Amino acid sequence: MRGDDTRGRAVSTESRDGVVYTETIVHSPPEQYAADAPYQLAIIDLHSGGRLTVRVLGRNPEERARIGDRVVFVEEKNGVPYYRKA
Amino acid sequence: MDAILKYMRPVAVIGTGKTAFGAFPDRDLRSLAVEAVAEALKDANLPPGAVQAFYLGNFAGPSFVGQNHLAPYVGAAAGFESIPCTRFEDACASSGSAFFHAWQSVAAGIYDIVVAAGVEKMTSQTTPRVTEILAGAGDMSGEGKAGATFPALFAMIARRHMHQYGTTREQLAAVSVKNHANGAKNPYAHMRKVITLEQALAGKPVAEPLTVYDCSLISDGAAAVAIVPLDRARQYTSRFAKVLAVTQTSDHVALDTKSDITLFQAVKSAGEKAYALAGLGPKDINVAELHDCFTIAEILASEDLGFVEKGNGGPFAAAGCTAINGPIPINTSGGLKSKGHPVGATGVGQICDIVTQLRGEAGERQVARHRIGLTQNLGGSGATCVVTILEAGQ
Repeated sequence: MRGDDTRGRAVSTESRDGVVYTETIVHSPPEQYAADAPYQLAIIDLHSGGRLTVRVLGRNPEERARIGDRVVFVEEKNGVPYYRKA
Repeated sequence: MDAILKYMRPVAVIGTGKTAFGAFPDRDLRSLAVEAVAEALKDANLPPGAVQAFYLGNFAGPSFVGQNHLAPYVGAAAGFESIPCTRFEDACASSGSAFFHAWQSVAAGIYDIVVAAGVEKMTSQTTPRVTEILAGAGDMSGEGKAGATFPALFAMIARRHMHQYGTTREQLAAVSVKNHANGAKNPYAHMRKVITLEQALAGKPVAEPLTVYDCSLISDGAAAVAIVPLDRARQYTSRFAKVLAVTQTSDHVALDTKSDITLFQAVKSAGEKAYALAGLGPKDINVAELHDCFTIAEILASEDLGFVEKGNGGPFAAAGCTAINGPIPINTSGGLKSKGHPVGATGVGQICDIVTQLRGEAGERQVARHRIGLTQNLGGSGATCVVTILEAGQ
């Protein structure tokens, strides 16, 4: 199965999982995402190679992904990839 | 490029002009820019009619104040007549880029008298709207769409730097405390407030691990410089500064396209090229203005420009090595953190600040040795960098 990532590169959904390269919790959002804040943003190393900037779902401390944690692909909404901590 | 450069004429900065940086609800973009240009011309003993070309840096006037066509809009009001007036946009390095191109035009012998300036009017918008406009300096097809604000991008750089090199929150905060201490003594600074390490650590989170005390200010302001060939500088002033090097480099816009985000390749290469042009190294620099849009950015720049080895920028700052009386004083103006960051004005503003130091006119912020100064102006999360090296003329 194949899909497109946010830059239009074709990637298989199985290989969309990855490992957190770096992350932050955004408290001061752009106007567009005011309702989402605070939210976690991460750059992940995809198992299939390459890097992607993604949202990590969850607000509880145990759901927070740290550098080196595995994350799995959940869905893509409006061109934004959403993940959760594995 | 390097083969051509040896045929270029040496250039000098003969006048500087700055508005105060701050929130000025009763000032518009044009009046700020005109004030800075008029100050620079007065300082250079030049009438506006003598200027042969005008290079204006501005990041987002169309978004912040709804005005396009900014260079002639400002230039005509400043008294320039029938000369090329052009706007340069390279995110927060917009006026650094304007200066680079202005310098090229004089060095190449195209013009003899040129003004480079920068302006931004940001405070008429709400913080969420400013955050959104600034995010446009990132890649809006990827990171921007996912909700990466500029604080978020630099927060992710900080996290990675902490992970790889053991940099601490306290070391980031030390940069902020130092820059606020300097800015408190600068009459042109936006936030003239001394802060403590405890205050900086307890700041409201913006994007973890960064707090409000790690982030530069949203400001209004403008800055301008007048430049001429070095051999004509003394006709106008004895207080000129020689331009030893100006370099501009670029890299990918999106942070997730860089292999190691704890190093900005554009900064490293702009620095290396500038040192080579000037025939100098980092140890020869007496004073520097570095682009501290965030505390971590000053730490990265101090490493990428060779003032300290990669990974040790945090301990270096915390030990006081970058203070006014330290071995390499960084951001004696207060930096973007305390002086303010009207983004399009920042690059030329840094040059004004270094020229003030080289002239020995920085008052209680004056550094002891002030023959050679460096500025580093960054666009986005490292996609543009402009480095200048200047030498006192006297």
